[in-house]
Amino acid sequence: MLEFLWLIPALPFAGSLVLAFAGRRLSRGGIAAFGVGSVGLSCITAFAVAAGFIGQAPPGHFYVQRLWAWLSVGGFTPEISLYLDALSLVMMLVVTFVGFLIHLYSSEFMIEEEGYGRFFAYMNLFVGSMLTLVLADNLLLLYLGWEGVGLCSYLLIGFWYKDPANGLAARKAFVVTRVGDTAMSIGLFLLFTNLGTLQIQELMRLATERWAVGSGLAVAAAALLLGGALGKSAQLPLQTWLPDAMAGPSPVSALIHAATMVTAGVYLIARTHVIFSLAPVVQEAVAVIGALTLLLAGFSALTQTDIKRVLAYSTISQIGYMFLALGVGAWSAAIFHFMTHAFFKALLFLGAGIVINALHDEHNMFKMGGLRSQVPVTFWTFLVGASSLSALPFVTAGFYSKDLILFETWASPAGSRWLWAAGLLGAFLTSLYTFRMVFVTFYGDAKMQVSRKPGAIMTVPVVILAVLSVLAGFLELPSSLGNVRIITSFLGSALPSETVSPGAAGAGTALMIVASAVSLAGIFAAYLLFFKKNLAADRLAGFVPGRMLHRLWFSGWGFDWLYDLLFVRPFFWFARSNKDDFSDLVYLGMIWLTGRFNNMLSVSQNGKVRFYAAGIAFGAVVVIAIAVFL
Amino acid sequence: MILLWLIVIPLAGGAIAWYAGRFRTAWPRWISLITMLLMSWVSVNIWILHYASLKEMDLHGPWILEVRLSWIPQLGAGFHLGADGLSLIFVLLTAFLGLAAVASSWTEIRERVGFFYLNLLWILAGIIGVFLAIDLFLFYFFWELMLVPMYFLIALWGHENRRYAAFKFFIFTQAGGLLMLISILGLYFVHGKAAGDYSFDYPVLLGTSMSTGTEFWLMLGFFVAFAVKLPVVPVHNWLPDAHTEAPTAGSVVLAGLLLKTGAYGLIRFVVPLFPRASAEFAPAAMILAVIGIIYGAVTAFGQSDLKRLVAYTSVSHMGFVLLGVFVWSELALQGALMQIVCHGLATGALFIIVGALQERIHTRDMGRMSGLWEAAPRMAAAALFFALASLGLPGLGNFVGEFLVLLGAYKTSVAITVVAAAGIVGATVYSLWIVQRVFHGPNEQKWKIPDFSVREMAIMLAMMLSLIWLGIYPQPVFNTSKLAISNLKMIAAPGATTEDIRPAPETEKRLADKSISKTTPSKNLPSPLAKEGQITFLWQREDRRDFIIAYDLLSKSLGGLR
Repeated sequence: MLEFLWLIPALPFAGSLVLAFAGRRLSRGGIAAFGVGSVGLSCITAFAVAAGFIGQAPPGHFYVQRLWAWLSVGGFTPEISLYLDALSLVMMLVVTFVGFLIHLYSSEFMIEEEGYGRFFAYMNLFVGSMLTLVLADNLLLLYLGWEGVGLCSYLLIGFWYKDPANGLAARKAFVVTRVGDTAMSIGLFLLFTNLGTLQIQELMRLATERWAVGSGLAVAAAALLLGGALGKSAQLPLQTWLPDAMAGPSPVSALIHAATMVTAGVYLIARTHVIFSLAPVVQEAVAVIGALTLLLAGFSALTQTDIKRVLAYSTISQIGYMFLALGVGAWSAAIFHFMTHAFFKALLFLGAGIVINALHDEHNMFKMGGLRSQVPVTFWTFLVGASSLSALPFVTAGFYSKDLILFETWASPAGSRWLWAAGLLGAFLTSLYTFRMVFVTFYGDAKMQVSRKPGAIMTVPVVILAVLSVLAGFLELPSSLGNVRIITSFLGSALPSETVSPGAAGAGTALMIVASAVSLAGIFAAYLLFFKKNLAADRLAGFVPGRMLHRLWFSGWGFDWLYDLLFVRPFFWFARSNKDDFSDLVYLGMIWLTGRFNNMLSVSQNGKVRFYAAGIAFGAVVVIAIAVFL
Repeated sequence: MILLWLIVIPLAGGAIAWYAGRFRTAWPRWISLITMLLMSWVSVNIWILHYASLKEMDLHGPWILEVRLSWIPQLGAGFHLGADGLSLIFVLLTAFLGLAAVASSWTEIRERVGFFYLNLLWILAGIIGVFLAIDLFLFYFFWELMLVPMYFLIALWGHENRRYAAFKFFIFTQAGGLLMLISILGLYFVHGKAAGDYSFDYPVLLGTSMSTGTEFWLMLGFFVAFAVKLPVVPVHNWLPDAHTEAPTAGSVVLAGLLLKTGAYGLIRFVVPLFPRASAEFAPAAMILAVIGIIYGAVTAFGQSDLKRLVAYTSVSHMGFVLLGVFVWSELALQGALMQIVCHGLATGALFIIVGALQERIHTRDMGRMSGLWEAAPRMAAAALFFALASLGLPGLGNFVGEFLVLLGAYKTSVAITVVAAAGIVGATVYSLWIVQRVFHGPNEQKWKIPDFSVREMAIMLAMMLSLIWLGIYPQPVFNTSKLAISNLKMIAAPGATTEDIRPAPETEKRLADKSISKTTPSKNLPSPLAKEGQITFLWQREDRRDFIIAYDLLSKSLGGLR
């Protein structure tokens, strides 16, 4: 089965090509058949390949499929080849399966859109690129997928191109991530120049051989790769693009800006974990950045009014958890959280999409309300997703994955109490903002009439994701609750297992109880503030410092303002003021000078005989003087 | 002799097109198209025929094809053409873009069609000559030959401000060209005095020993001429004007080919002829390259004239080429070459789109464009594609070029690589700005324009497929130029002698014979002299109208000085 691996990215690419060239000639049904079908087939192939891989594991627990030699210049010989191991397998399954569900959902969600074919062409291109990223055997091919998903993100954020605001959001996303990508490409130059290859496994081997722990090159390489990861995964300080990216259609937010693309940074770090292990400084930075990001984004999510922006900040925050896990060396925990997050966050975005669609494209939660009875299936599935996001103890997937991260942060030698405390505070914020969203949107009085109810094609994916948001957690249970280790043991062949400092191992149960309590406390606080309408929140926000804090959080801590001031404005100012290219002045000056000179000389040609006579006389005197005196 | 045909075909085709233009305006178009198809066929044939031998390392001497005719023996100037893998790539690019240029001006040019195609094809002939000439005297001859028809192309068929632009173009390149002439003569005398053998022949002049000071100044003369063409900031100022004012075909040829003659000159002449001086000058050149990359990108973003914006992107992209040439490693050189080819395709295509747009809405002002996606989705999708190529999206050829240049440059200087890489962010900003400003947003002006026709879509598709091909399997290009580049690197390496690069007569003859017997259909070919006679004959009968116009224009422009 493994030899069909190439089909998995190839099918969506093919679908995208067909839709790009024949999309205008196909009916909506035809477009949906190609668009959804290609990803569906890819998903089936992925499961078949996975079955083959798990059923009869290839030697060394990896499988390489060489397609063709990309180029071969001066010792630089990247190939187009795919690499399948436990890590890429998990990523591949999530991408194709969640991708398929979202495509299915979109086929109904987008049905009235003008650019139906264009939408699916971009979506298929995205899935193909994402799979290329995940399955790439070398960093150059990974970079191809990396830029490909960035492109699709740009195209889909700006899908409704007639509104310039969407275009701005799309360009912002592309440019900000490109800043990170440029750092990453410099990292690639560094790796190739010093290690002579970009083939990932070879790189990992050579890096351990040649670089000492903490050596300058290892630190530089890890820092540059981290730059790319920060951009793509919207972490500090490159997180500003993601909230604006919500300008795209909801399925896009679900697929690209929640489930898959934004976690590419997590994948990159996990994939190149050897280099990060060689650079403890950078790995520590990953943990700190993760902790800071999850807090900052959590606070910002508390103040948003746009339902999708709440979810966007929540995504930034949850990826912060994954970074935190990576930073403390809990590689598998990060991937586990990636998986559960893909399920419940995709579910929440799809649910939000239904709600927004039902209420004439209203994004403001405070204009919604009372939707519980009007779209019951959506409500219940949304509630499941929200519970999973809030890590509702024992019954949700989010609980188990987040608990694992918090435990590792506490117990790992690379972790610390401070990071754990940050994660815990983040957990409180998470359940607070999540249930704020639930109560405001679905409870209270109905303020608007529902105009459009989701059909079966939209409901089925949401229900499947809701089921997964619960069940996926049982793949990995802590030692006190049955000690199931399906994910970590499976990933063990690709990622080093977590190390737990002695003495901390026993703290698991106590930590779990604390985390559960915090999660429930958050939900309870939300219940008091937004269901019971206790006026404390309003009063708090009413004070001057409260108001300022609210504004600061609402604007995402003023990063946009800062970057605008530091980069955007000076760039605009320079570009605008140099429109006429000041270097041209040199040449205009030369023209002017020539003209002057010409004028000066033309004065001498004035047609006056006495002037000429004087000139002749003067000249003669000069010539004679020279002849006499020299 | 096949190389001679590459020059004669466009010259003759142009002359015939001009003559035929007197009878029907459609004829010159078809004749030019056929000429360029023939050109493409011949050059692709040469490529296919020699592809295998290009990869072999045991080929004696650098030239796969050579023509050596006696020209002015008294001066030591010969009609010496030679092609290696490097020039072959440039010739192929010329044929391909020439075809695109002919096809893209199909409906745009409605006046003096015959004379237009005469100029267009003669520019192409001059460019091919530049890429093939390996006698410096002949090289200079072709260098000047391509300028004059280009001047007419801009000045006669250009837009509002065409006189100024054409004149600026001419003066800039001419000033550079004259400096090169001085350097050529300097080199000629230095070599003649030392060896007693006065010759303009490139293989003979290679490895001429001279004092460091002399070498530096002679190198600088060549460098300035090529830097003006490339262009390098701060001598790029002719470019935005010339590109903007030229008709579409003119812009395509300017961006796609004329700039590349500068790059070709740097690779072929500057570094190999003056290796020590070039090595000494390299840091300065690389800094100029990086300045060009950043300055071009920022200035491009500030433009409101769409065509001018695209013109400035060339300044930025050519910075990568300059960087690659002066890093002078295999990675960087191959990258520069790939950048040359892909920039020619992507920017050429963007100019065709801008030209098509101007033909439809009669403006280049981006302030008046918006929301054209709705009106012309095919055109918009094509523009998006080439904008993405221009910003260096992996999977398309431009990425391969830029990546290899930077990868090579990293070994030489990390700082320069980092700044140059930042230029890629700049490229993202201006490329997306084009798409946003022109095609996205609301259709405020209620433009209703015809979408791309089959002809236009065929040009676009050919260019798209080429870029995708070069993006995911560029190896054929690298294989073609590999041997030529390693030859040049060997020449420029310290301690190389001229013996290394002189062709063995046997091989040369064998290869030349082989190619002729396979690629030329007829044995009974008229000699170039007969062709000349024909032209004279035509000249006597021709009503000379076009030349009177041209002469009139020239004298007016010169009069404009006062």
